[in-house]
Amino acid sequence: MFSVIATALGVATVAITLMSDSSPTVASGTSGGTLVDAQIVEVYVFLLAAFTGYQIITKVPPLLHTPLMAATNAISAISLVASLVIAGAERPLYINVMGAVAVAAATINVVGGFVITDRMLKMFKKTEAPK
Amino acid sequence: MIPEIGALFVQVAYIAASAAFILGLRGLTKPDTARRGMQLAALGMLLAVIGTLLNHQIISYDLIIIGLVIGTAIGLPMGLLVPMTAMPQRIAVSHMFGALAVTLVGIAEFLHYRDVPGGPGVIKMVALGFETVFGALTITGSFMAFGKLQGLISGRPITFPGQKVINAVIFVGAIGLWIYLVATQSGDPAASGDNGVILFGLMTLLALVIGVTLVLPIGGADMPVVVSLLNSYAGLAASATGFAIGNNVLIVAGALDGASGFILSILMSKAMNRSFSNVLFGAFGGEVAAGSGKSAEGLTTRSVGAEDAAMRIGYARNLIIIPGYGMAVAQAQHAVRELAELIEKRGGRVRFAIHPVAGRMPGHMNVLLAEANVPYDHLFDLDEINEEFAACDVALVIGANDVTNPAAKTDPASPIYGMPILNVQDAEQVIVVKRGMATGFAGIENELFYLEKTSMLFGDAKSVLSQVVAEVKGL
Repeated sequence: MFSVIATALGVATVAITLMSDSSPTVASGTSGGTLVDAQIVEVYVFLLAAFTGYQIITKVPPLLHTPLMAATNAISAISLVASLVIAGAERPLYINVMGAVAVAAATINVVGGFVITDRMLKMFKKTEAPK
Repeated sequence: MIPEIGALFVQVAYIAASAAFILGLRGLTKPDTARRGMQLAALGMLLAVIGTLLNHQIISYDLIIIGLVIGTAIGLPMGLLVPMTAMPQRIAVSHMFGALAVTLVGIAEFLHYRDVPGGPGVIKMVALGFETVFGALTITGSFMAFGKLQGLISGRPITFPGQKVINAVIFVGAIGLWIYLVATQSGDPAASGDNGVILFGLMTLLALVIGVTLVLPIGGADMPVVVSLLNSYAGLAASATGFAIGNNVLIVAGALDGASGFILSILMSKAMNRSFSNVLFGAFGGEVAAGSGKSAEGLTTRSVGAEDAAMRIGYARNLIIIPGYGMAVAQAQHAVRELAELIEKRGGRVRFAIHPVAGRMPGHMNVLLAEANVPYDHLFDLDEINEEFAACDVALVIGANDVTNPAAKTDPASPIYGMPILNVQDAEQVIVVKRGMATGFAGIENELFYLEKTSMLFGDAKSVLSQVVAEVKGL
């Protein structure tokens, strides 16, 4: 039952992500009526993702709470994609440099986070079947 | 590449990444599927990064490459080499890096909008402010948590008179600036001259100060709540970044992280008998003044040696081990595993009872025991094992204190009354491994130690347990 709900929510999130025509670019500064529509959709995306996350994460056993923390930390380092654009876009140099520092910080979490999560998860073993 | 196809690829990569993150976290609901789930999530991350690098806005890759190389050079050794015992510190540091990235993006975006006709608009300005405030306070807050966990700063709560008032003033100041900036900078930021930049800087500075003052008064044993809370803040800040730059994959990933931190904070605060509002406002710590906890006067404990303890443990048919922070400090997990294997070889049953707040972060004990090769089907949560104590002949408490205190059930005047505890007192015999008679974090006496059936085995957990292992081998 739970997995059905979670999957449905996930699909809905992805579908809404698809429908919302938000560009992956850093804001171009347009404003007007349509922009508000796009931002309402963003609120839906947030709510559905938060609800999906809530449903899934309450099912994570306490056994795996430390790997969970390391994993969500690595995932939220997706802010790397925003940093990349700032570091490489046509902006004043000091802003590009801020972006590069952000890229380095986020990369530490992406690389280190996934590696350490895997290292931890590798350690969790069941009792070996008696020989 | 034709721009439209490039843009489409970026969108598809982001959607795939969002799906991979959600499915990856679902994998974590079972130990068997966890590794594959996280590998899927890592793949999603890779896709999102590749998609972004094709973004038409990027005109130069020099700084990007420098950033990626430096980040990998630091991140990879951190991931590969940090010992499991240092995991709480490492998690705190990673919250700091995540928040640093988000805050820098927030500041850079704010500055960028000064050159954009029309400005960011109200909604994006709200998001930018949120991102920067929560990012900045998470940077310093996590750094403080790291300092306390690493022992660079005293783990004791640091308090001073008027602390709450000062904190409140700083907090209100930061929020006030945020609102003012939304009101003045949303439309045409460049029109108001440099004032906007100065005020934005001031807001960031105040948020950095909040991070410090938030964590200062919090003691070492409350770290599971703090670390979870900072996890949540880092996630929400990342989500706000998504709103600020109109990027859904950031919103999704940030929301997942925010939800996770939020749930863990609630679980931890419940396990510590703190109310939810306490957690939200970070008003925990320090409050657990020793209430009317019973004094130990006139009570005596029974101290035993390793030999005597080994006799009781060695012949146990049904042993439950209760690990606590003391086990982590003494690095006794390998000795514990050796003892457990020995008892099983002798025909006894061994299980581990793990309290949600044992250690310095959620799941701390599980990771340490897994590292020492204890199979995870031997590890049980509070709810799973609490009924079992009545049927076990020996309960072995290793460096745990408050989570075993029966006063939480029996003494309404006790400061920890109502906190869920492990029913160690129901066991036929209790052996407590402890360094001395110092009270636990809550500063109250533990009645368990004075019971007729309890024997105290004083000493460093690692050396004492090694002795016990040697004795049991000789039985």
